[in-house]
Amino acid sequence: MPKDGGIGASTKRREDVRFLTGKGRYTDDINIRGQLYAHFIRSDVAHGRIRSIDTSAAEAMPGVAKVFTSKDFEGAGGLPCGWQVTDRFGKPMQEPKHPILAEGKVRHVGDPIAVVVAETLEQARDAAEAVVIDIEELEPVLDMKAALADGATKVHDDLASNLCYDWGFVEENKEAVNAAFGKAAHVVSLELKNNRLVANPMEPRVAVGDYEDHSGNHTLYTTSQNPHVIRLLMGAFVLGIPEHKLRVVAPDVGGGFGSKIYHYAEEAFVTKAAHILKRPVKWTSTRSEAFISDAHGRDHVTKIELALDADHNFTAIRTETYANMGAYLSTFAPSIPTWLHGTLMAGNYRTPLIYVNVKAVFTNTVPVDAYRGAGRPEATFQLERLIDKAARELGVDPIELRRKNFITADQFPYQTPVAVVYDTGNYHATMDKLLEISDYAGFGARAAESAKRGKLRGFGIAHYIEACGIAPSNLVGQLGARAGLYESATVRVNATGSISVFTGSHSHGQGHETSFAQVVAEMIGIDAGQVEIIHGDTSNTPMGMGTYGSRSLAVGGSALVKATNKIVNKAKKIAAHLLEASESDIELKDGKFTVAGTDKSVDWAGVTLAAYVPHNYPLENLEPGLEETAFYDPSNFTYPSGAYGCEVEVDPDTGKVDIVAFSAADDFGNIVNPMIVEGQVQGGLAQGIGQALLENCVYDENGQLLSGSFMDYAMPRADDLPMFKVDHSCCTPCTHNPLGVKGCGEAGAIGSPPAVVNAVIDALHRAGHTHVTHIDMPVSPARVWAAMNG
Amino acid sequence: MHNFDFVKPSTIAEAVKALSDGDAQALSGGQTLLPSMKQRLAAPGTLVSLTGIAEMKGVCKGDGGLHIGAATPHAVVAREAAAHYPALAALAGGIGDPAVRSRGTIGGSIANNDPAACYPAAVLASGATVVTNKRQIAADDYFQGMFTTALEEGEIVIEVRFPIPQKAAYVKFNQPASRFALTGVFVAKFGDGVRVAVTGASNNGVFRWTEGEKALSSSFSADAVKGLSVDPAEMISDLHGTPEYRAHLVKVLTGRAVAQANG
Repeated sequence: MPKDGGIGASTKRREDVRFLTGKGRYTDDINIRGQLYAHFIRSDVAHGRIRSIDTSAAEAMPGVAKVFTSKDFEGAGGLPCGWQVTDRFGKPMQEPKHPILAEGKVRHVGDPIAVVVAETLEQARDAAEAVVIDIEELEPVLDMKAALADGATKVHDDLASNLCYDWGFVEENKEAVNAAFGKAAHVVSLELKNNRLVANPMEPRVAVGDYEDHSGNHTLYTTSQNPHVIRLLMGAFVLGIPEHKLRVVAPDVGGGFGSKIYHYAEEAFVTKAAHILKRPVKWTSTRSEAFISDAHGRDHVTKIELALDADHNFTAIRTETYANMGAYLSTFAPSIPTWLHGTLMAGNYRTPLIYVNVKAVFTNTVPVDAYRGAGRPEATFQLERLIDKAARELGVDPIELRRKNFITADQFPYQTPVAVVYDTGNYHATMDKLLEISDYAGFGARAAESAKRGKLRGFGIAHYIEACGIAPSNLVGQLGARAGLYESATVRVNATGSISVFTGSHSHGQGHETSFAQVVAEMIGIDAGQVEIIHGDTSNTPMGMGTYGSRSLAVGGSALVKATNKIVNKAKKIAAHLLEASESDIELKDGKFTVAGTDKSVDWAGVTLAAYVPHNYPLENLEPGLEETAFYDPSNFTYPSGAYGCEVEVDPDTGKVDIVAFSAADDFGNIVNPMIVEGQVQGGLAQGIGQALLENCVYDENGQLLSGSFMDYAMPRADDLPMFKVDHSCCTPCTHNPLGVKGCGEAGAIGSPPAVVNAVIDALHRAGHTHVTHIDMPVSPARVWAAMNG
Repeated sequence: MHNFDFVKPSTIAEAVKALSDGDAQALSGGQTLLPSMKQRLAAPGTLVSLTGIAEMKGVCKGDGGLHIGAATPHAVVAREAAAHYPALAALAGGIGDPAVRSRGTIGGSIANNDPAACYPAAVLASGATVVTNKRQIAADDYFQGMFTTALEEGEIVIEVRFPIPQKAAYVKFNQPASRFALTGVFVAKFGDGVRVAVTGASNNGVFRWTEGEKALSSSFSADAVKGLSVDPAEMISDLHGTPEYRAHLVKVLTGRAVAQANG
């Protein structure tokens, strides 16, 4: 039994008390005396040349402080991209400038052109209607393949083409892969799309800029997953403000899912505008604005092929993907279809030869970047759909085909042909566990019962792997990352023994305030209630990279363990002095320091008090105080994996798919708080099922966003989802971080989409619709009906 | 939202007078109008609330049917019509969510005549009469295409009078995002025949499926429509469904509505 509040306990989330009682303090709750309001005027056309902007009438309107255009930002840099991908030919990617406000051209619906800042938001909106903008409309670039044709209209006039990069991975393997296909007994191929998504966190983005004239101090309050990263990018590359004059605060943040990682124009705008106007400036996104200004996710078009030998061993995989970058490069964008996608194309399988080609393309759409899973869902979807298709074409069981090709438990660490080394895993175990918890053996009876009600029942499997714990800095540096991806923690022990932890990770729903406290409490042996977790403010937390990529416990937690170990080591020295014993004889257990083999002891608070009230203290060889900081840079990614099973009923008359059961058997390594892990998995499953069945970001032929509100963009709701069966008893601990943890935040969104689509295809095949080999997501009623009747 | 004046008259006469100002706009539950105003897509000078007029509210049995005041919220219809016209009550109880149902009204719905709204299907299939401050309009004459009705300037819906069919049912297939009707079919069987009204499907707004009505009038069974097909030519095409899909749904949902009506 884990100790209450310690590692392994399902401790209730302490932060939920304030969230559930309306006491959370979000960025929009921050209002500063004298604050002005910003309203962004955004392009309503996808592509156009700005002929003129006349702000004179608007500037004369009541309450207007100033109307800003790109002219006001002539000295500022563009929004930087944090990753540079090198193409197949050794050349760097094409990297256009991403201005704060449009310079000369608008490149997507929602591209900001001008901003009205006024005493009230309504005055700003009134004045915005008086800003006269003359735009010469240009042909929009929307289809990725057409965008790469000779003579295609260019999104960026100063670039050679709309191709950001043409990436081959591993380029040296290309010929060997082609040769393997030449020799294959079977080749199976599939063309598919990974639908574009809008993250839609419950809290839209908000930014408040403040400036103190006498000190020159800037403060930005923003809805960010990584305030230090925003401070670095905006301070160093956009506005030229040194760190000690720029504080970035991300207080309570209502969900991110990736969309709040990036440095956005609005953040730089309010910071600079507050400086220019010498008054605080606030911007709060509307939901409509979020659809056209938050970075979107996914949007890949892929052809994948699998070569098998006569015994159905996988011998090679070859893919060609077109990845939509949108109009500009968002902070992480180039890395998603490459290093977070190509490196995962081995999946859980022993395929010896893999070649991944990715063409990243600029289009007149909202920039695309990481969204829960980021590259790994795209990889998993291709692979797990293709293996199902292969099983059907070969007439074998899709589960057995997977088992046959799984990396086996005795093969770890396993070097894949796509650069990464999986440290641990046991895929046969997770598959077995899934079949058990989903009662796979009883499927036939359930299908027969469905058939009596006129419904087509199907069972779909997917097995995923992901690379989390982002990321080993030396490796990602070689791959083009322009920043290190370590994490930090400061553990400040207070005089009476309570502990304040300052972490570079950021919680926006993950429950760090609870789970991080469990780690420290367990290590020292004190009550978790004595440990407080502080995050989100660059003025009091050590420089850290924030929260995304299921990294917080694996990387941030490891930094926390390192810092706590330093605390324990120093505390032992103090205890040794107090107990007049040798440091090597001091043992710490349950918050008590004991001289081994004796009954001599001092409790935790006795030691901490001595550290700060050093009347009896070894001042000659130890500093007073008890506060330590540690930085942790992982030596490898972590590799969570799992088997997901989806059971659907299809209504043959309408094509509607109901998910009647969903089971998840994950291997997350060690687990600190099982309840939080289950919540993370359930949330991920809801988002993955949303992608598979409901969500779709669609542009029309003019580049207008058709799904620009919740009237047309279908978010999953509670009644779209079944009760989930979530199991994480399969555990192969991570071998290279101190907690043995792997991360769980994205798994649900990665593994579920192919399980859902596989289940739908299975249902249709069992009902005789064997011509249906694939349906693109979202698998909407209309698409299923069309496929059945196609 | 732009600034506007707000008046809340207590009689129909006052409301009509207030609406005679060219810049005035009637406001009922506001479930369509207020979001449009928030987005600055509509900017009336004066909003004339119709929800303070006692005679425009309530559900009661009257001459030959059920009379529903135009300013009656869906939730009230769902509750109070249940004993008299269960299919209508069920339709009202399935509109939007609880917040929408406690504000949105039948009069607002049919005055707007959204092509995917539920109420127009009930009004048309029931052969209801729309009572305005000027006249009585038969449902067949009232709905004149997407967002278009027979209402003239300054004319407001006061009440809707529903004949009560022997059997009826409404089956809605949800558009997955808005949960408006991707297609919805209301079937009503009267002594002298069957009426079938379809919402959500057509570019022309709510319409009667006369071929289905003919088949069902001779045999009120789900099988009666099985052999029929619906012409997709006038059907809506959008990201949620093709014209062919909607045409197919008309037939499927009609069959289901009949089965449901037959219990």
